[in-house]
Amino acid sequence: MAETGIARQPLIQGGKTLAQVTLDVLKPMERRPGLLWWVAFLASLSLLGLGAVTIAYQVTTGIGTWGLNNTVGWAFDITNFVFWIGIGHAGTLISAILFLFRQRWRTSVNRSAEAMTLFAVMCAGIFPVIHMGRPWMGYWVFPYPNDRGPLWMNFRSPLAWDAFAISTYFIISATFWYIGLIPDLATIRDRSAPGLRRTVFSILSLGWDGSYRTWQRYETVYTLLAGLATPLVVSVHTIVSWDFATSVIPGWHATIFPPYFVAGAIFSGMAMVLTLMIIARKAMHLEEYITHRHVDVMCKLILLTSGIVALAYGTEFFTAQYSANPYEQFVFLNRAMGPMAWSYWIMVSCNVLAPQFLWFKRVRHSLPAVFVITIFINIGMWFERFVIIVTSLHRDYLPSSWSSYSPTPIEIATLIGSFGLFFTLFLLFCRILPVIAIAEVKGVLQHGHAAPGAKAHHEEGRGQQ
Amino acid sequence: MTRRVMVGIFNDEQDLLRVTRAVRSQGLPILDVYAPYAVHGLDQAMGLPPSRLPWVCFALGLSGAALKVWFEYWTTAVDWPINVGGKPWDSLPAFVPITFEVMVLFAGLSTVFAFFLVSRLYPGRKAVIANKGTTNDRFALVIEEADAAFDPPQVQRLLESYGAIEVYERAEEEAA
Repeated sequence: MAETGIARQPLIQGGKTLAQVTLDVLKPMERRPGLLWWVAFLASLSLLGLGAVTIAYQVTTGIGTWGLNNTVGWAFDITNFVFWIGIGHAGTLISAILFLFRQRWRTSVNRSAEAMTLFAVMCAGIFPVIHMGRPWMGYWVFPYPNDRGPLWMNFRSPLAWDAFAISTYFIISATFWYIGLIPDLATIRDRSAPGLRRTVFSILSLGWDGSYRTWQRYETVYTLLAGLATPLVVSVHTIVSWDFATSVIPGWHATIFPPYFVAGAIFSGMAMVLTLMIIARKAMHLEEYITHRHVDVMCKLILLTSGIVALAYGTEFFTAQYSANPYEQFVFLNRAMGPMAWSYWIMVSCNVLAPQFLWFKRVRHSLPAVFVITIFINIGMWFERFVIIVTSLHRDYLPSSWSSYSPTPIEIATLIGSFGLFFTLFLLFCRILPVIAIAEVKGVLQHGHAAPGAKAHHEEGRGQQ
Repeated sequence: MTRRVMVGIFNDEQDLLRVTRAVRSQGLPILDVYAPYAVHGLDQAMGLPPSRLPWVCFALGLSGAALKVWFEYWTTAVDWPINVGGKPWDSLPAFVPITFEVMVLFAGLSTVFAFFLVSRLYPGRKAVIANKGTTNDRFALVIEEADAAFDPPQVQRLLESYGAIEVYERAEEEAA
């Protein structure tokens, strides 16, 4: 028991028993919601309402209600789309990639991070669908036998790839999330008194009884899904970046885009996970489950991805300079010094400078400080997409086509509405489903604690981890 | 047809692992073990063979990918060829992203459905709970009283010597 390194420290504090874990996680959903929850829920719901009204308005009126013009044909909508998709990616990182790397601390945060993925992908989906102009024909992006020939879709278009990537991502993430939920749903079922709640959870838990023969297959399926979701999440943001990179717009036409986008996605998503976790652990009294160690590890991941993103910013400038392509060089000088330079410098300060504070252990251990930094990163990563999209477009090849862009109130209201949708769904999730994967946390409960009288069994127990 | 089983209830993972090994080494038929979480190493203790679900994943993933390549080729090069930017009709590299996505979709969903099928999990299934606590904090080891050589008091003593907090016998319907 000589190990005292961080890898051997308990993941869950407070010396919990198995029954206590069940109780602690389910307590918030078994009592009436508090005032704070209602205030947050009603606020989110009204933002969602605002979004719904503006979406109805722009769908019935047309996207002429946006500030787009011939030169800047993509702006707020696609910025929001990429922003939300990126947020989602941290959930998959935590649930799938960290699972494959056997990072056992993930068990405390994976459930809510996966929920965040699902809700963020829903928010993301709104924007391209509205941008179609005629969303009721949205199914045209998929190949289906139609009476126009049948005229098939263009499988060579990155936008078509995107439709497939996002749909697959949503379906697989939802499946992965549900599979993870089944044992916990059974736990709730067995705790509930006969009635509606028990009936609903009986149906949802598919008659799960904790049989180890099932558990063994379950673990296999979970590993397989994690193995599938890992390349999937990389492919999704790669394909999102191809929406830009396969065009011939200077500032977009770059081979660095896929890794740059994937790292940025994980960076922004980690920040959003932390923002939510810091609130949730406090509001739901889960301090012993989501500990300082979890925050610390995630801060380090943020620091790493921030470094990658900063490197990408620098590489873009280097490539532009080295290309000797005047258009490419102009775009980057214009980004940093042109009329939209303010957005570029917001991006750099939020994404490169702000995270540097996380080098200090004292900052990583101060929740208010981490919270503020994650908010900065959320803002910075939104601006990153804005900078990539708008500054690359607003100065066209021909100076006669030069233009500018500013969002209309409708566009801003839609963005706010998407936040409303996200937080409404997240708050509902906190009320009706366990925010921590109970069965997984039980599996790591012994981690770092000496098993009672287990001297002889210490090795075999550890050998499986 | 009913069969008689003996159920031992435990409240510690280490006890459960040890008793499972002991019961198995005595040649007693373990019907199943019920646990609130996936206890690592229990599959070896029970002597369960590895799951064959990865094969389903592999086969269906491969079929999905093959199907999609064929479909993209057929729509784009055969059924209604359209010249997009002078690219060849069968522009296979451009088909890679969607093929990959469809492969993941097929592999993932088929694995999950195969899992539900072999584990007999479906909405409306009545959970056969060995003990109320097995989805909370109890582990249940279920041994079949297979033949006349089965000596209930002796097995009960064996289970109790490994820390069983409760041992009982019961008759249950044999799964179809």
